[in-house]
Amino acid sequence: MVEIAGKCLITIGIIFDLFGCIGLVRLPDLYNRLQAATKCVTLGTCSILIGNLVIAGFNAIGIKALLCAIFILITSPTSAHALARASYIAGVKLWEGSVIDKLKEDIEAGKKE
Amino acid sequence: MMGLWTSVLVVCCFLCLFRIARGPTASDRVVALDILGITVVAFCVIMSMKSGKDFYLTTALVWALLNFIGVLALSKFLEGRGFDD
Repeated sequence: MVEIAGKCLITIGIIFDLFGCIGLVRLPDLYNRLQAATKCVTLGTCSILIGNLVIAGFNAIGIKALLCAIFILITSPTSAHALARASYIAGVKLWEGSVIDKLKEDIEAGKKE
Repeated sequence: MMGLWTSVLVVCCFLCLFRIARGPTASDRVVALDILGITVVAFCVIMSMKSGKDFYLTTALVWALLNFIGVLALSKFLEGRGFDD
Protein backbone atom coordinates (compact mmCIF):
# COMPACT_ATOMS: atom_id res chain seq x y z
CA MET A 1 0.00 0.00 0.00
CA VAL A 2 2.78 2.42 0.97
CA GLU A 3 4.73 1.44 -2.12
CA ILE A 4 1.73 2.12 -4.39
CA ALA A 5 1.28 5.59 -2.83
CA GLY A 6 4.97 6.38 -3.34
CA LYS A 7 4.88 5.22 -6.95
CA CYS A 8 1.81 7.40 -7.60
CA LEU A 9 3.68 10.42 -6.16
CA ILE A 10 6.73 9.72 -8.33
CA THR A 11 4.56 9.32 -11.46
CA ILE A 12 2.81 12.65 -10.77
CA GLY A 13 6.21 14.30 -10.32
CA ILE A 14 7.60 12.93 -13.57
CA ILE A 15 4.48 13.99 -15.50
CA PHE A 16 4.91 17.52 -14.08
CA ASP A 17 8.60 17.52 -15.07
CA LEU A 18 7.64 16.58 -18.62
CA PHE A 19 4.97 19.32 -18.79
CA GLY A 20 7.42 21.89 -17.44
CA CYS A 21 10.00 21.00 -20.08
CA ILE A 22 7.37 21.13 -22.86
CA GLY A 23 6.42 24.60 -21.55
CA LEU A 24 10.09 25.57 -21.59
CA VAL A 25 10.19 24.78 -25.31
CA ARG A 26 6.75 26.01 -26.39
CA LEU A 27 6.04 29.26 -24.50
CA PRO A 28 6.79 32.57 -26.22
CA ASP A 29 9.06 34.65 -23.99
CA LEU A 30 11.47 34.38 -21.05
CA TYR A 31 9.05 35.22 -18.24
CA ASN A 32 6.41 32.70 -19.36
CA ARG A 33 9.11 30.05 -19.68
CA LEU A 34 10.37 30.86 -16.19
CA GLN A 35 6.86 30.42 -14.81
CA ALA A 36 6.44 26.98 -16.40
CA ALA A 37 9.94 25.97 -15.28
CA THR A 38 9.33 26.87 -11.63
CA LYS A 39 6.16 24.78 -11.55
CA CYS A 40 8.20 21.86 -12.85
CA VAL A 41 10.66 22.25 -9.97
CA THR A 42 8.34 22.70 -7.02
CA LEU A 43 5.66 20.16 -7.84
CA GLY A 44 7.74 17.87 -10.05
CA THR A 45 11.05 17.13 -8.40
CA CYS A 46 9.81 17.69 -4.85
CA SER A 47 7.00 15.20 -5.49
CA ILE A 48 9.57 12.66 -6.69
CA LEU A 49 11.66 13.21 -3.54
CA ILE A 50 8.63 12.91 -1.24
CA GLY A 51 7.64 9.71 -3.06
CA ASN A 52 11.10 8.32 -2.39
CA LEU A 53 10.70 9.25 1.30
CA VAL A 54 7.32 7.46 1.44
CA ILE A 55 8.75 4.28 -0.10
CA ALA A 56 12.03 4.19 1.87
CA GLY A 57 10.77 5.31 5.29
CA PHE A 58 12.91 7.14 7.83
CA ASN A 59 16.34 5.68 7.15
CA ALA A 60 19.41 7.20 5.46
CA ILE A 61 17.72 7.40 2.05
CA GLY A 62 14.48 8.92 3.34
CA ILE A 63 16.10 11.60 5.50
CA LYS A 64 18.38 12.68 2.66
CA ALA A 65 15.40 12.86 0.29
CA LEU A 66 13.49 15.02 2.79
CA LEU A 67 16.50 17.35 3.22
CA CYS A 68 16.89 17.68 -0.54
CA ALA A 69 13.16 18.44 -0.98
CA ILE A 70 13.22 21.19 1.68
CA PHE A 71 16.40 22.67 0.18
CA ILE A 72 14.93 22.75 -3.34
CA LEU A 73 11.65 24.25 -2.06
CA ILE A 74 13.57 27.10 -0.42
CA THR A 75 16.19 27.85 -3.06
CA SER A 76 14.40 27.42 -6.38
CA PRO A 77 11.92 30.37 -6.08
CA THR A 78 14.81 32.52 -4.84
CA SER A 79 16.93 31.84 -7.90
CA ALA A 80 13.93 32.26 -10.23
CA HIS A 81 13.14 35.66 -8.70
CA ALA A 82 16.76 36.82 -8.98
CA LEU A 83 16.97 35.65 -12.57
CA ALA A 84 13.70 37.35 -13.61
CA ARG A 85 14.72 40.66 -12.05
CA ALA A 86 18.23 40.49 -13.51
CA SER A 87 17.02 39.78 -17.02
CA TYR A 88 14.44 42.59 -16.80
CA ILE A 89 17.17 45.03 -15.81
CA ALA A 90 19.45 43.65 -18.52
CA GLY A 91 16.77 44.56 -21.06
CA VAL A 92 14.99 41.35 -22.11
CA LYS A 93 11.70 42.41 -23.76
CA LEU A 94 8.28 41.15 -22.71
CA TRP A 95 6.08 39.28 -25.18
CA GLU A 96 3.75 41.62 -27.10
CA GLY A 97 0.66 39.89 -25.66
CA SER A 98 1.63 40.67 -22.05
CA VAL A 99 -0.92 42.91 -20.35
CA ILE A 100 0.72 44.12 -17.12
CA ASP A 101 4.18 45.28 -16.10
CA LYS A 102 4.40 46.09 -12.40
CA LEU A 103 8.19 46.28 -12.18
CA LYS A 104 8.28 49.11 -14.75
CA GLU A 105 5.80 51.12 -12.64
CA ASP A 106 7.90 50.49 -9.53
CA ILE A 107 11.11 51.58 -11.24
CA GLU A 108 9.46 54.77 -12.57
CA ALA A 109 8.00 55.57 -9.14
CA GLY A 110 11.47 55.09 -7.67
CA LYS A 111 12.96 57.51 -10.21
CA LYS A 112 10.42 60.27 -9.40
CA GLU A 113 11.23 60.29 -5.69
CA MET B 1 8.09 1.11 -14.48
CA MET B 2 11.59 2.43 -13.74
CA GLY B 3 12.55 2.19 -17.42
CA LEU B 4 9.53 4.31 -18.34
CA TRP B 5 10.41 6.91 -15.69
CA THR B 6 14.05 7.20 -16.78
CA SER B 7 13.11 7.46 -20.46
CA VAL B 8 10.66 10.31 -19.73
CA LEU B 9 13.43 12.08 -17.80
CA VAL B 10 15.83 11.64 -20.74
CA VAL B 11 13.20 13.26 -22.99
CA CYS B 12 13.04 16.16 -20.50
CA CYS B 13 16.83 16.54 -20.65
CA PHE B 14 16.76 16.71 -24.44
CA LEU B 15 14.00 19.35 -24.40
CA CYS B 16 16.17 21.47 -22.05
CA LEU B 17 19.19 20.98 -24.32
CA PHE B 18 17.08 22.11 -27.29
CA ARG B 19 16.24 25.32 -25.44
CA ILE B 20 19.90 25.84 -24.49
CA ALA B 21 20.94 25.48 -28.13
CA ARG B 22 18.09 27.59 -29.52
CA GLY B 23 17.41 30.27 -26.87
CA PRO B 24 17.52 33.81 -28.28
CA THR B 25 18.99 35.51 -25.19
CA ALA B 26 21.44 34.44 -22.51
CA SER B 27 18.69 34.46 -19.85
CA ASP B 28 16.77 31.74 -21.71
CA ARG B 29 19.88 29.59 -21.60
CA VAL B 30 20.29 30.14 -17.87
CA VAL B 31 16.65 29.13 -17.22
CA ALA B 32 17.10 25.96 -19.27
CA LEU B 33 20.35 25.18 -17.43
CA ASP B 34 18.53 25.52 -14.09
CA ILE B 35 15.83 23.07 -15.17
CA LEU B 36 18.46 20.69 -16.56
CA GLY B 37 20.10 20.59 -13.12
CA ILE B 38 16.78 19.91 -11.41
CA THR B 39 16.11 17.07 -13.88
CA VAL B 40 19.51 15.58 -13.03
CA VAL B 41 18.51 15.69 -9.33
CA ALA B 42 15.35 13.73 -10.19
CA PHE B 43 17.51 11.27 -12.13
CA CYS B 44 19.74 10.73 -9.09
CA VAL B 45 16.65 9.96 -6.96
CA ILE B 46 15.43 7.34 -9.44
CA MET B 47 18.92 5.77 -9.52
CA SER B 48 18.96 5.65 -5.72
CA MET B 49 15.59 3.85 -5.70
CA LYS B 50 16.82 1.40 -8.31
CA SER B 51 20.06 0.45 -6.56
CA GLY B 52 19.06 0.95 -2.91
CA LYS B 53 22.21 2.95 -2.13
CA ASP B 54 22.16 6.37 -0.49
CA PHE B 55 25.19 8.08 -1.99
CA TYR B 56 23.15 8.98 -5.09
CA LEU B 57 21.06 11.22 -2.82
CA THR B 58 24.22 12.84 -1.47
CA THR B 59 25.11 13.58 -5.09
CA ALA B 60 21.62 15.02 -5.60
CA LEU B 61 22.00 17.36 -2.58
CA VAL B 62 25.37 18.66 -3.73
CA TRP B 63 24.10 19.08 -7.28
CA ALA B 64 21.10 21.13 -6.09
CA LEU B 65 23.41 23.35 -3.99
CA LEU B 66 25.86 23.99 -6.86
CA ASN B 67 22.95 24.61 -9.25
CA PHE B 68 21.52 27.29 -6.94
CA ILE B 69 24.86 29.05 -6.49
CA GLY B 70 25.59 28.91 -10.21
CA VAL B 71 22.23 30.40 -11.23
CA LEU B 72 22.59 33.21 -8.65
CA ALA B 73 26.09 34.04 -9.90
CA LEU B 74 24.97 34.01 -13.54
CA SER B 75 22.01 36.27 -12.79
CA LYS B 76 24.27 38.75 -10.99
CA PHE B 77 26.54 38.65 -14.02
CA LEU B 78 23.61 39.29 -16.40
CA GLU B 79 22.41 42.19 -14.28
CA GLY B 80 25.76 43.85 -14.90
CA ARG B 81 26.81 44.35 -11.29
CA GLY B 82 29.76 43.05 -9.31
CA PHE B 83 29.44 40.05 -7.04
CA ASP B 84 29.71 42.08 -3.84
CA ASP B 85 26.59 44.29 -3.99
